[in-house]
Amino acid sequence: MTDSKPDSASFPPRVISEIQRAAREGIYDIRGAGAKRHVPSFDDLVFLGASMSRYPLEGYRERCDTNVVIGARHASKPIELDIPITIAGMSFGAIGANAKQALGLAATAMGTSTTTGDGGMTPEEREASKTLIYQYLPSRYGMTPDQLRQADAIEVVVGQGAKPGGGGMLLGQKITDRVAEMRTLPAGIDQRSACRHPDWTGPDDLEIKIRELREITNWEKPIYVKVGATRTRYDVMLAVKAGADAVVVDGMQGGTAATQHIFIEDVGIPTLPAVRLAVEALKELDMHRKVQLIVSGGIRTGGDVAKALALGADAVSIGMAALMALNCNAPLYEEDYAALGTHPGACDRCHTGRCPVGIATQDPELEARLDPEEGARRVRNYLSTLTMECQTLARACGKSHVHNLEPEDMVALTVEAAAMAKVPLAGTDWIPGSS
Amino acid sequence: MCGIVGLYLKNPDLRDRLGAFFSPMLEQMTDRGPDSAGVAIYRDQASDDDAKVTLYDPDPDFDWDAVAGAASSDLNITITAERVSSHAILRAPVDAGALRRWIETNRPGLRIMSSGNILEIYKEVGLPADVLARFGVPQATGSHAVGHTRMATESAVTTEGAHPFNTGDDLCLVHNGSLSNHHRLRDWLRDQAGIAFQTDNDSEVAAGYLTWRLGQGATIAEALEAAIADLDGFYTFAVGTRDGFSVLRDPIACKPAVMAETDDWVAMASEFRSLAQLPSVDDATVWEPEPATVYSWGRA
Amino acid sequence: MTVIDLAQTDVRELNRTLQMAESGSFEVRHPGGAHALAAGLTRPVDVTIDGHAGYYCAGMNQEGIVTVSGNVGTGVAENMMSGTVRVRGDASQSAGATAHGGLLVIEGNTSARCGISLKGGDIVVGGSVGHMAAFMAQAGRLVVLGDAGADLGDSLYEAQIYVRGTVASLGADCEEKEMTASHQEELAALLEQAGAIADAAAFRRYESGRNLYHFNIDNAGSY
Repeated sequence: MTDSKPDSASFPPRVISEIQRAAREGIYDIRGAGAKRHVPSFDDLVFLGASMSRYPLEGYRERCDTNVVIGARHASKPIELDIPITIAGMSFGAIGANAKQALGLAATAMGTSTTTGDGGMTPEEREASKTLIYQYLPSRYGMTPDQLRQADAIEVVVGQGAKPGGGGMLLGQKITDRVAEMRTLPAGIDQRSACRHPDWTGPDDLEIKIRELREITNWEKPIYVKVGATRTRYDVMLAVKAGADAVVVDGMQGGTAATQHIFIEDVGIPTLPAVRLAVEALKELDMHRKVQLIVSGGIRTGGDVAKALALGADAVSIGMAALMALNCNAPLYEEDYAALGTHPGACDRCHTGRCPVGIATQDPELEARLDPEEGARRVRNYLSTLTMECQTLARACGKSHVHNLEPEDMVALTVEAAAMAKVPLAGTDWIPGSS
Repeated sequence: MCGIVGLYLKNPDLRDRLGAFFSPMLEQMTDRGPDSAGVAIYRDQASDDDAKVTLYDPDPDFDWDAVAGAASSDLNITITAERVSSHAILRAPVDAGALRRWIETNRPGLRIMSSGNILEIYKEVGLPADVLARFGVPQATGSHAVGHTRMATESAVTTEGAHPFNTGDDLCLVHNGSLSNHHRLRDWLRDQAGIAFQTDNDSEVAAGYLTWRLGQGATIAEALEAAIADLDGFYTFAVGTRDGFSVLRDPIACKPAVMAETDDWVAMASEFRSLAQLPSVDDATVWEPEPATVYSWGRA
Repeated sequence: MTVIDLAQTDVRELNRTLQMAESGSFEVRHPGGAHALAAGLTRPVDVTIDGHAGYYCAGMNQEGIVTVSGNVGTGVAENMMSGTVRVRGDASQSAGATAHGGLLVIEGNTSARCGISLKGGDIVVGGSVGHMAAFMAQAGRLVVLGDAGADLGDSLYEAQIYVRGTVASLGADCEEKEMTASHQEELAALLEQAGAIADAAAFRRYESGRNLYHFNIDNAGSY
């Protein structure tokens, strides 16, 4: 006899299972990846391609440019990118040296940048990446002025989308001798990280800190300020007032290699409203296009890139998607996924250090599964695809530069997305909350 | 976020130069707070029960004399008005509360910047140096002054949103930091304690809290002691009172504060460079206030 | 001796001059609490700051020998890699924050979070330190001739702490440990290097209990 009663929406099997896990273990669940729950996103926006009132550009001989300059506000050597897609900050420790090298090689080939993470700069990444952004984090693990000077730009991290208000986390199984030495920690322990910077709190003190960083690097390098998306309008305005050359806003879909599940899911706002809020803040200060905006958190396709740019971002940054191009969640070594209690397509086990495809691991045997040159080729292909997709959409809207995409080129398919992005609901003039 | 400064002149011979000493202090804090600035000056105390109320209206042609005239007529006394840029001082031989109530009832559109017996508050949007100049602060005389430069965090950059905040007679507060429980506290103070708020600013809530405590019979030191438990968040407060000023930092004490004292004066600021121009500062005792500890100076 | 007067020139010019010097002695007059003075030095130049400095004085110092005759603001010698910084007056918060090496001597007192997140390097304080001294300190040494405020060494990793005066309270996982002859010898050498007159035998030693090195629900109260 079949049970005709449905699962409870409040207590479905996965929630019951989590409650029982908590009862066994007495501590929060730690995992990788970003927010998994459904949130309004770029999926809910579509472009209004050319027809009778607007005319498209030909795909081959009519240019659609993609270059962007980041950080000319104060720095004498701004960052010049060929494509408006960068590789986001990910730590050596969270991911391995081969992955870092692969990302660097790909970024260099495509004329874009990679970013260091918690733990500092590896020689492999500096060598592989023609343009390397150096994260300056609350932990200051591995932070040295030499590395600061070797970087092409400095990204002061206030927070990230997966855990705004939280610090870094790396579990003992990934703290090998090399990682331990870089971070000045005993090997094999579970790293605790600060959530606030040790020597400044608040935008008024950040202003002084940014000046110090400039003094130490001869006012050459752009200073980015990165925030996880929460009170985005205030955060972007304050970053500008504190002297940032560029602001990076990371929505709640942004990834992590290890964070409490509840933090990932219940803190932060989606990337979609965050972009709009950030652009409004910049416009209010008359700083749009003067202080650049880089947006991250669940960027997956050239469509996402185009939509972020259309809302006013200067560039996007990819994290998880770049790792997926490197084979994160690829159907390979399936027994190893099973040993982690998961399968390709659902794996979020980065924190274990047992990454089946050799990305989020410090184990040499596992790392050997990722060949940097081959990985670089895959990431390069993916970046090329993102760029071409973005250009295709931009040309269809009649743009000769992807930056000429604008909000009026889009409509929303849902009421939530219309309200969050402030574009009309398709087929109507209605922007909930605005008109 | 912000810069805050306070100066109390112990030596009466220096009081004709209060503004000359104070203005450079505030200007040094421009980087911390470029959006707006405000000053509370304690000077020209009106005789015992007389009121001094500072008001604001953005209209450069606003007729302050008409307001003074109407209030004079209704309250059956002589009230004078003196314009100071976008603000005006009303002086009246009546309790400050009574004049305040008349204004709130009869001219609800006017912003009351301060009320009391000696306090004057001036605040405006714009760079500190410009704000100081338009209100004649460099030439001001008086016994003490408290000031603030603002980098607005969550509330709007408006004249009213600038500090100092005055919610009780001759009391003002400036704040560097960010409170985290001010929304519920504001509701409670408004609904249960009858405190009126003009802005959505967290700092105004702190000022209102102190006013409530004082109204309950606490001294300023007791009110600040109670604030340590009741206010959540990060703060350095400088509070101006009739007789002097007080300083309090929260228990975590991430927001900066530095104090300096000589026989002639005592001063506080968010950064030492504000104090660096004060006379004989090289001989001053310089120290940093402890967290969760109330410091007070002034006439007993 | 080159004299640089901040009443005549600006901080940027000062730092460029100091950063480009291969060697030599410099005296900085009228510092007036300015920020980032002598930050980013990379060579053993001798710098004396005649007065009070603001935030991040000698920030990220490498090799430089910096002396401040007055007080300093937040983050003196933050992230220092090597060299020596001496403050004759008091230091504000986060003195020596995240330093990897070098020697920081504060002859007066420091306020909160002295040696926060220390990653090597030595800090010797002639007076007292405020609360949360050596918070999350990972390596290196903090020596306090005076008293220590609340929550000393909270969340300590491998840094060593020595205190001669009283300790208001210990932070999470910070424990008093035995002062052996070898510790005393090492401390005596550091005191001498810092020019601090004190008997190593009068100090008590504090170290991590190492109970928080692995996440464990039984320690939930400490997080």
